[in-house]
Amino acid sequence: MAPNTYLYFPGCKITPFLPQYDTATQSVLAALDVRLDHTELNCCGYPMRHQNLAASVLAAARNLAIADREGLPMLTPCQCCYGQLKQAAYWLGENAALRDFVNSQLEAEGLRWHRGIPVRHLLSALAEDIGLAAIRARVRRPLKGLQVAAHYGCHALRPGHVVQLDNPLAPTIFENLIAAIGATPVDWPLRLECCGNPLWEKNPTLSLKLMARKREDAHAAGAQVLATACTYCQLQFDSVRDAHPAATESLPARLYSQLLGLALGLPPDALGLSSGEAV
Amino acid sequence: MLTSNVATIALGICLAGTAWRISRWFLSDIGPESDGLSTGRRLAAAGRALLGALIHPRFWQRSKIFLWEIVLQGHLLQQDRLRWAMHMAMCYGVLLLVLLHALDDWTAPVFFADYYPTLNPFRWLRNFFAFLVLAGVLGTAIRHRRHIRFKRIRSNADRLILLLLAVIIVSGIVLESAQILSASVFEEMVEDYMGDDDPDEVAALQHYWATEMGAALPVPAGERTADAAAGQTAHEAYCAACHSRPQTAFLSYPISRFLKPVAGMMDALRIDNWLWTLHYLVSCLALACLPFSKFFHLLATPLNLLARAAGPVSDSPRAFRASRRALGLDACTHCGVCTEHCSVAPFYRVIPNPAILPSEKLSGVQRLAAARAPAAEMALLSDGSFTCTLCGRCTRWCPSGIDLQDLWQASRRDLIQKGFPPFYERAAAITPSATRAPESTVSGHPPLSLGLTDRPETFWACVQCTTCTSVCPVVAASDDPHRDLDLTPQQIMNLMRLQLKEQAFGCRMLWDCVTCYQCQEHCPQNVKVADVLYELRNEACRRAIRSPQAIAAGSS
Repeated sequence: MAPNTYLYFPGCKITPFLPQYDTATQSVLAALDVRLDHTELNCCGYPMRHQNLAASVLAAARNLAIADREGLPMLTPCQCCYGQLKQAAYWLGENAALRDFVNSQLEAEGLRWHRGIPVRHLLSALAEDIGLAAIRARVRRPLKGLQVAAHYGCHALRPGHVVQLDNPLAPTIFENLIAAIGATPVDWPLRLECCGNPLWEKNPTLSLKLMARKREDAHAAGAQVLATACTYCQLQFDSVRDAHPAATESLPARLYSQLLGLALGLPPDALGLSSGEAV
Repeated sequence: MLTSNVATIALGICLAGTAWRISRWFLSDIGPESDGLSTGRRLAAAGRALLGALIHPRFWQRSKIFLWEIVLQGHLLQQDRLRWAMHMAMCYGVLLLVLLHALDDWTAPVFFADYYPTLNPFRWLRNFFAFLVLAGVLGTAIRHRRHIRFKRIRSNADRLILLLLAVIIVSGIVLESAQILSASVFEEMVEDYMGDDDPDEVAALQHYWATEMGAALPVPAGERTADAAAGQTAHEAYCAACHSRPQTAFLSYPISRFLKPVAGMMDALRIDNWLWTLHYLVSCLALACLPFSKFFHLLATPLNLLARAAGPVSDSPRAFRASRRALGLDACTHCGVCTEHCSVAPFYRVIPNPAILPSEKLSGVQRLAAARAPAAEMALLSDGSFTCTLCGRCTRWCPSGIDLQDLWQASRRDLIQKGFPPFYERAAAITPSATRAPESTVSGHPPLSLGLTDRPETFWACVQCTTCTSVCPVVAASDDPHRDLDLTPQQIMNLMRLQLKEQAFGCRMLWDCVTCYQCQEHCPQNVKVADVLYELRNEACRRAIRSPQAIAAGSS
C-alpha cells in the first residue's frame, strides 16, 4: 500500500535558487493525490561532509528523527540530499561511536535516530510507490516523439548498496519514468557521469568542462532535452550554463517534475515554466 | 534645576548619538557597490531612492505596510501569536509610559485640563502599562530559557537592556507604593494645599488618609465617627480633585500593603525621594543609551520595514545598497528568531563556532562593517559564513525585515577581499608536514571520522588495478593528470596502503574530486576510495580551520 502522505524535504537550495522545482514537484504530487507535510527540517548535511563528518551526519539524523516522530516517510526531490540521508543512515548503522554521539545530541530535543526510517527520492516515490501504471493512466498529453536524455546524477545512484535507488551500473528507473509519459529516452554513453556541480565554486573551469562534455554527448545521441531529477544538476545544466554560454548547442534542461506535469496536462505556470519554455 | 539639567543632557546625548548612528548608514562599507563611492554620492542616492519611493505609483499600497507591519506588527502575528502578544505588550507599554507619563507635562493637558498624575485614568494606566511591559519581558525571558538554541546566544548587552528596563519599571511601581505610605509626603501636601492650619481639620484629614487612602499615618484616638465624616469633607475640599483612590494602582497598592510594616523606617530615610531619584536618573540613562543599545531599533526597524516595502536590497540603486545594509544591521534586535529557524544550526552542536548561527554572524558582520573585528574574529566569521547554505529561511523569518540573504552574500565578498577565503581554499593549501604526524581519529567525542584512513585493513584489498583512476571523470577531463592533479586516485590509495597518509595532503586530486563515487562503485576489491578521500579532506579542514578554543589559547 503506497503511502499517500510524505514529509517533504526540499533541501536548502530549491527555495532561493530553483523555486520552480518546488512549484512543479508540489503540483504533480497534488495531481497524483499525494499529500505533503511541511514540518520544518534542517540542512541534510551534504555540503558539510567535506569539513566535518559528525556535523553532517548529525544534521541528517535530526531530519530522519523528525520524520520518525511524525510517523511519515521522507520524500526529497534533490538527489544530493537523498544520497546524504541514506549515507548518514548507513554509517550510523555501522558505527556505534557515531550513533551514540548523534543520539546523545538528539536526546536534548526528545528525538532519536534508529534504523529503518524510510527515505524516498522523488523518482523512487513516483516509479515504485505511486507506480508507472498509475502515472501512465493519468497522462493526458503524452510527450510523443520527444527525445529525452535522462541524467541520473551521482549521489542518488552511488554507492549502490547504500543509496539503493536502482542498479548503479545499469539503472532504468529514470528511463522508465520518461517512457511512462510518452517520451522517448535516448541511450547516451555518458548518462551516468557527474554533472560537475560539486566543483562549481572550487574549480569552475573543470566543473564547466564536465558539464559541457555531458551536454555534447547528449546532443550527439540525438536528445532534444536533458531531463534532471536533482536541484544541483538542474542548476548546473541551466543557470550555470546560462552564465557561461560557451556551449554551442542549446540543449535545454528540464526537471522531470516539469515534464511529468506537462504530460499530466498541468498548465506551464503551475510547473514554474513560462509559456515560451514549455517543451 | 539639577534634574531638568540631567534630562536635557540625556536628551542631548540621545540626539547626538542618533545622528552619529544615522551617519554610519552613509559611511559603512558592506559589499562591492560602495567601493570608491564618496559619501556625497551615497547621500544623493539615498535621497533619490526616498523621493522615488514617495512619488511611486504604489505609494499608498506600500504605506499600508506602515499600518500593518509597524503599528499592528501584523507580520509578527502571522509568525507566532505569543511572540506578537509579548512584543506588543512591551512595545506599547513602554511607548505609552513615555508618552503619557514621562512626557505628561506636554501630552496630558492636551486631553485633560485638570491633569494630575494621581488622578484616574492615569493612576490606573501607569500601573497597567508597567504590567504590560513586565508581562512581555517575563514572557520573553521564559521563552528564551526554554528553547534549546537560545541558550547559547544571550549576550551582556541584551541583559543590560533588560536590567535598565526592569529597574525603571520596578522603581516606578515601588516609588508609588512609597508615596502612598509616606507620612512626610502627606505633611508636605498639607502644608502646600490646605489653606488654614486648623488642627482638627488636619487630624480629620489624617484620619481619612490613614484609613481610606493607605497612608502610614497614626490614626488619632477618640471621636472616631465624627472624624470620619469631617475627614471625608476635608478630603473632598482639598484633595479629591487631584487624588483618585490608590487602590486603582493595582500593582503599587498591594505592594504598599506589603511594605506597611516598615513604612516608618522608609519614611525616616525618605526612601520615596531615593526611589524618585533612582527612577528618574535611570530613565535618563536609558534615554542617553538609546542610540547605543538595541533600543535604537525603535527607529531603525520601522525604517527598515519601510525600506523593505520597496523591494529587496538587490533591487535598490547600486549607490544606495550599502546604506540599506547598514540600516538593516541597525534594525537587528538580537531576538534570535533567525537562529531558531536556521537550517545549519545543528552543525553548531559539533563545531563550536557561534558565527554559524545567523544572529551571532550578524553581530560579527556589524563589527566587520565598523572595521572593529580583529583577524581572529574575521577568521571565525568567515568559517561561519561559508558554512551557511544560503537557504534564505532566516530572511523570511526576520521580524525586523532585514535582507539577511543579501547581507550574507555581501559580507562573504568582503571577507574574501580582506583575506579570509572559504575554508576549502585554505584546506586545499595544506601540504605534507615534515614534523606533524597524522591524527589518530578513531576515538573522541564527537568521533572525528569513520576511522578508514587509520586502519590498514581498509587498504589491504587494494591491488593497484587502477580501475578507480580509469573511471574517474576528473582524470578523464585532463590530458595530463599528473600535471593537473598531482596524484591519481589509485596513487593516493597506494600511499594509504603504505601508511604514508601525510603525503596525500596537498595534491590537487583531493580537492578536485567531484564526489561522484564512480571509483568506489567500480572498485573490484570494495576499497572505499571516495569515502577515504572525504576523510582526508576532513583532516585537511581540521588543520586549516582554527577553532574558537585554539584561537583563545593563542595556538596556530
